[in-house]
Amino acid sequence: MSHHTPEQISEEAKKLIVAYLDKIDTMKPKERTKIPPQEMPAQDPEIRSHNLEEVALGYTMEQARIEAMRCIQCVKKNCIDDCPVKIDIPRFIEYIAHGEFQNASDVMKEANLLPAICGRVCPQETQCQSNCAVGKALKEVDKSVAIGRLERFIADWERATGKISIPEVKPETGKKVAIVGSGPAGLTVAADCRREGHHVTIFEAFHKLGGVLRYGIPEFRLPNDIIDKEIDVLKAMGVEIKTNFVVGRTRKLTDLMDKDGYHAIFVGTGAGLPMFMGIEGESLVGVFSANEYLTRVNLMRAYDKGHADTPIYVSKNVAVLGGGNVAMDAARMAKRLGAENVYVVYRRTEVEMPARKEEVAHAKEEGIEFYFLQNAKRILGNEKGRVKAMECLRYELGEPDSSGRRRPVVIPNSEFILDVDTVIVAIGNGSNPLISQTTPQINANKWGNIIVDETQKTSVDRIFAGGDIVLGAATVILAMGEGRRAAAAINKMLAEEIEKEKASMN
Amino acid sequence: MAKILTKKQLSKDVYMMRLDAPLIAEERSAGQFIILQLDDDYGERIPLTIADADAKEGTITIIYQVVGKTTLQLSEMEVGEKIPTLVGPLGRPTHIEEFGTVVCVGGGIGVAPLYPIAQALKNAGNHVITIIGARTKELIILEDEMKVIADEFIVCTDDGSYGRKALVTEPLKEICERSPKPNMVIAIGPPIMMKFCSETTRPYEVFTQVSLNTIMVDGTGMCGGCRVNIGKEIKFVCVDGPEFDGHKVDFDNMMARLNSYKEFEREAHSCFLEQEIKDKEALR
Repeated sequence: MSHHTPEQISEEAKKLIVAYLDKIDTMKPKERTKIPPQEMPAQDPEIRSHNLEEVALGYTMEQARIEAMRCIQCVKKNCIDDCPVKIDIPRFIEYIAHGEFQNASDVMKEANLLPAICGRVCPQETQCQSNCAVGKALKEVDKSVAIGRLERFIADWERATGKISIPEVKPETGKKVAIVGSGPAGLTVAADCRREGHHVTIFEAFHKLGGVLRYGIPEFRLPNDIIDKEIDVLKAMGVEIKTNFVVGRTRKLTDLMDKDGYHAIFVGTGAGLPMFMGIEGESLVGVFSANEYLTRVNLMRAYDKGHADTPIYVSKNVAVLGGGNVAMDAARMAKRLGAENVYVVYRRTEVEMPARKEEVAHAKEEGIEFYFLQNAKRILGNEKGRVKAMECLRYELGEPDSSGRRRPVVIPNSEFILDVDTVIVAIGNGSNPLISQTTPQINANKWGNIIVDETQKTSVDRIFAGGDIVLGAATVILAMGEGRRAAAAINKMLAEEIEKEKASMN
Repeated sequence: MAKILTKKQLSKDVYMMRLDAPLIAEERSAGQFIILQLDDDYGERIPLTIADADAKEGTITIIYQVVGKTTLQLSEMEVGEKIPTLVGPLGRPTHIEEFGTVVCVGGGIGVAPLYPIAQALKNAGNHVITIIGARTKELIILEDEMKVIADEFIVCTDDGSYGRKALVTEPLKEICERSPKPNMVIAIGPPIMMKFCSETTRPYEVFTQVSLNTIMVDGTGMCGGCRVNIGKEIKFVCVDGPEFDGHKVDFDNMMARLNSYKEFEREAHSCFLEQEIKDKEALR
């Protein structure tokens, strides 16, 4: 695929839009489906694979309007059903088509306070865009209306105006809500509970906020500035923030209620300990979890070798094990840090890869090599205990397994050696062990994930949980969906208490 | 932000600081550690054990040896200055009960984390035998403090400049040969010293607990950088440790992993003590 420059794409859209503006309200669905899907302008792959700047540059105004006109405003609205936070998608798209961006933004904010983030990192092709009528008509999900890109466009547009609207906060209720973890779930709960007038404190273990948004997702996909701006909104709403605070260790979870007077707690401590393959050689120097590799670079800024004190491994040939977004992030980051060859080794095929399609496409453009239907058998080390190669096995697809995906079956005697000095394991995470270790009264399953009811309440009164600590490794938007549900339950509980207190006073 | 309240140089490269950290002081137990970072944007996170704490005053004491850029910078900070990031207490507290006779072996800077553990063991009614050792006299720390706690106290130096001229493993072996043998050994110090303490006690089947100080980033069970092989299992020092059964720890792998970045490090500060002991062992 040849790279179109942002200028080319922009010029093209400027010419194209003229023909559609006159018939914006009169076009028949069939005509709309003929409007060309708008390509996301991106940094040149050659250049971007050596920098940390954001890869996808965002639609121009013309592009956004053209893309929005592709929506046929169908009656089914599958997109809303498939959105974990139920954004009124057709409505905000209609506004974009007409150039009414503020209205579009307002519609979005009704359901989603973090659109700049979601627009960038949601797996839209498996959510809102998966059952889009336009994609269906064109028989290709890739040709669905680019809802995610439009969401991002609106969020970026609002930020560029410099007038980010701060949601209204109701009068102080005197009730206190503690949020453990400042990832996507925690941020959502913080916003929703603060809006109701409760005093909200976010406790974060790290020195910076954002959780996985900060330490996990690289800047080239989600710039820190975007996270900072979204968190600024919370601060402006009056949310209190305590960093370097490990709930469970710095203070016991229950002490937040018993000693510090919090009336409700939301636990959003996220995914935890990385999983490893359990193969020979995994302890060698040069084998990293993707969590560690990415945290060193993203949070600790190890890419900035002149300034940062945190070191990062110097690699020439890197194998990344796994097929999710984290694997893509690690592979692309390794390339940016100077690796000459980066291989993504995945035991299924491209179709089964859980990563966002756009990330896979970007990775390929940047020269990442994909080894499908292959997997590591063991990692080989040199006399110093450092990685020198990886032995792999080839696979073929067999019968579908419980997940519905065809199970990869090893091909006997298919071993081959891959010459690598670094192996990054990105095959998922367990749960964060801290809360269950220090608060055993909260019920968790055998994997350590906290068990909650349909309102996100745990087995302990007033303690709620959501996000990866409940779901296992999931997505930003699912975490936000859980946060939203938990906040609703917390708000309801506190409102009822306030009512009762009022009644008893009379 | 944690203010430095006092600062004292204990030996050539070893410093003691008391920090204002009321929450950590209140919650910490023997065996736990903190992570600190001297610059919120570009600093490195390093784990350091809590040598002492005063919950009433709201202070904790750290003792550290200058081995790299962060510890060097920390040693240059003065009373009244503030450490931007201080987080803890991390790790599982030491399990303390009345075991009977416990040998506490501290090597070099390892005496710092050993001190609160020995203290707690003593308070729990144990007969505490303490062996502290260092390369040379001036690297011996906390001698008086340890002496007060110990029922039996042995100090040794590699070069014989103070106390007995021996590695800590020599008196440890002698104690293991006593009848009855000790109920437990706790060894804290450079990895190579903990390895050889574990090897010393193995034939006597005396349970030997070691405290591991691996590379860490978050220290809260997320990154996996601190993983070690314990028997056939992967364990994480920050949430499963820092204390493990020394007879099960794969020390060689842990030492290789500790050196992961050695050849890349901009500031090549090597751990003198560790290197010296290693050289010595290699000569044997």
